[in-house]
Amino acid sequence: MKIHEYQAKSLLRAYKVPVPNGEVADTPEKARDIAKSLNKTSIVKAQIHAGGRGKGGGVKVAKTPDEAYEAAKKILGMQLITHQTGPEGIKVQKVLVEETSNIKKELYLGMVVDRARDKECVVFMASEAGGMEIEEVAKATPEKIIKCAVPPAVGFSPFEARKLAYGLGLGTDKSLSAQFANITKGLYELFVAKDASLVEINPLVLTAEGNLIAVDAKINFDDDGLFRNPDIKQLRDENEEDPLEVIAKNAGVNYIKLDGNIACMVNGAGLAMTTMDLIKMAGGEPANFLDVGGGASPDQIEKAFRILTADPNVKAILVNIFGGILRCDRVANGIIQAAKNIDMKLPMVIRLQGTNVDEGKKLLKESGLKFTVADGLYEAAEKVVALLK
Amino acid sequence: MAILLDKNSRVVVQGITGSEGTFHTRESVKFGTKVVAGVTPGKGGMDVDGIPVYNRVADAVEKQGANVAALYTPAAFSADAIIESIEAGIGLVVCMTEGIPVTDMIKVKQVLKTSKARMIGCNCPGITTPGVGKIGFMPSFIHKVGNVGVISRSGTLTYEAIWQLTNLGIGQTTSIGIGGDPIPGSGFVDMLALYEKDPDTVALVMIGEIGGTAEEEAAEFIKSNLTKPVVSFIAGRTAPPGRRMGHAGAIISGGKGTADEKFKALEAAGVIVEKNPAEIGKRIQEILAKKKGQKKTKKK
Repeated sequence: MKIHEYQAKSLLRAYKVPVPNGEVADTPEKARDIAKSLNKTSIVKAQIHAGGRGKGGGVKVAKTPDEAYEAAKKILGMQLITHQTGPEGIKVQKVLVEETSNIKKELYLGMVVDRARDKECVVFMASEAGGMEIEEVAKATPEKIIKCAVPPAVGFSPFEARKLAYGLGLGTDKSLSAQFANITKGLYELFVAKDASLVEINPLVLTAEGNLIAVDAKINFDDDGLFRNPDIKQLRDENEEDPLEVIAKNAGVNYIKLDGNIACMVNGAGLAMTTMDLIKMAGGEPANFLDVGGGASPDQIEKAFRILTADPNVKAILVNIFGGILRCDRVANGIIQAAKNIDMKLPMVIRLQGTNVDEGKKLLKESGLKFTVADGLYEAAEKVVALLK
Repeated sequence: MAILLDKNSRVVVQGITGSEGTFHTRESVKFGTKVVAGVTPGKGGMDVDGIPVYNRVADAVEKQGANVAALYTPAAFSADAIIESIEAGIGLVVCMTEGIPVTDMIKVKQVLKTSKARMIGCNCPGITTPGVGKIGFMPSFIHKVGNVGVISRSGTLTYEAIWQLTNLGIGQTTSIGIGGDPIPGSGFVDMLALYEKDPDTVALVMIGEIGGTAEEEAAEFIKSNLTKPVVSFIAGRTAPPGRRMGHAGAIISGGKGTADEKFKALEAAGVIVEKNPAEIGKRIQEILAKKKGQKKTKKK
């Protein structure tokens, strides 16, 4: 799960990681009030779940409260397009107004989980090349990235903080290395306690006054850890997600919208990905990823169909089920129920295999529904692509 | 012979009294699995179809000689239940549960490193050794006794591959779903090493997917350690980056973990890469036919 920068910064504050003073605003008037109370040059930053906001015009410096008002007025409500948003952009609903810092140097500090075999642990990554995308640094100058794997049984030790600090050129300054040790300690505690999956402080700024401060912050969380972090769960912003994906999530259906026109309904994540791959291989474009899951009821299958058909790009549907726990007769009943309750005019290819396949096929045949039957995995993809030609 | 699950396996089911646990225990007993005990804390003394239920895994080990644990426990309690099994001396822990936090699995891996136990899962369909038994929920009818090992990060896609083999008359030694989580108890490498040692396994199917480096690690291992032929498919060539594709582990992050990278690594390691998963069975059939031909010429 992703959260906004202002939410991430409020978490950082709670873990004693210094961040600029500031507050979030949803109106230009409130932005002006915040700038007034800060009483210095402020920066107005669009709050969306995507990077590259500055280049897209979503970040503006304001010397006076009135300038903050004007900046917020421009940014709030705009469709902000960045390299991470897609061509339609994301509508900005909130801005963060905070004080600016006197930047002497920009650093990068990040944390991820290393999932490689026999290395499983939390890893710190730091670089003197702050303010840049870390992927680019990794590609161009990998030697500039210092890594520190935290042994899970021991936790984060002060010597590891020193190792990173020396690598960043902060180690010889007593005050800076102490500040840095506190920041990394707080970040590690936050990461573990809240089941984070990614933390990025980019940039971590060294100010002219000799302070370290997190000027930008990105924190992602492990969806599977949300059940024990209700405070994090409530930070979810549905406005940032695709509306169909929100409906799907609330219906317990695993759905990801894509750009193509062939919708697919599959059971199992691996088979769902494979079905997309096969559609592409057969010359078509998949409209989505959809895994109905093993325990799907006819109601849930109907819901899945409603989601698929709500995408206006969809021109045909491919149902690909390998019945294991999910029985084919149940799927057939779900399809029949959906066809009755939704006015489904789209052509459809159905491939059923596995548990109770004969019962399932019989039910579909007797229902009078119009659809194309496929038996093979690739055959199903070829048939649905052919329907659109 | 087979790997992991064989005629000496005595299974304890953790979470046996839950609806999933009860249902899949019944299915696996029907398949021939020796299920000797169940565990649900607080429900000791009960039985499920005559299978005694204990409060602790240690009791199931002591009283029923359990040496394999099958877990259908809720996600919130699974790491604890896994560690309980390892501490009780269970040799193989298979956890089907989906939704276990990554930080919990980091802890579990620490415990595994200091023990002799092996773990499969979480978030996996389990293991099946046809003719011996099954743990988890692979459909029973798809399997057939034979000489091919199947190993996969997926569930239903694995059934597809097994079903293709069975329909071609090709049986399996042991089929394993290692699960779709970012940090699995065992990876491809651990299992490939077991298959290599198993005299009955003559060829392997390995099904990977986007995310992480498990397939690249497997490619490295195969290059220098594996003498048996491997046919491989990777799911998710068309998956968009940065999105979790159903499985927690199936995500391309920072441009890393793409299907094409994995195909390339496997190809370089001498693996027979098949980009159309409907053809996996046929590739294995060709390999087996070639082997048979070689044997005949040798005899002459």
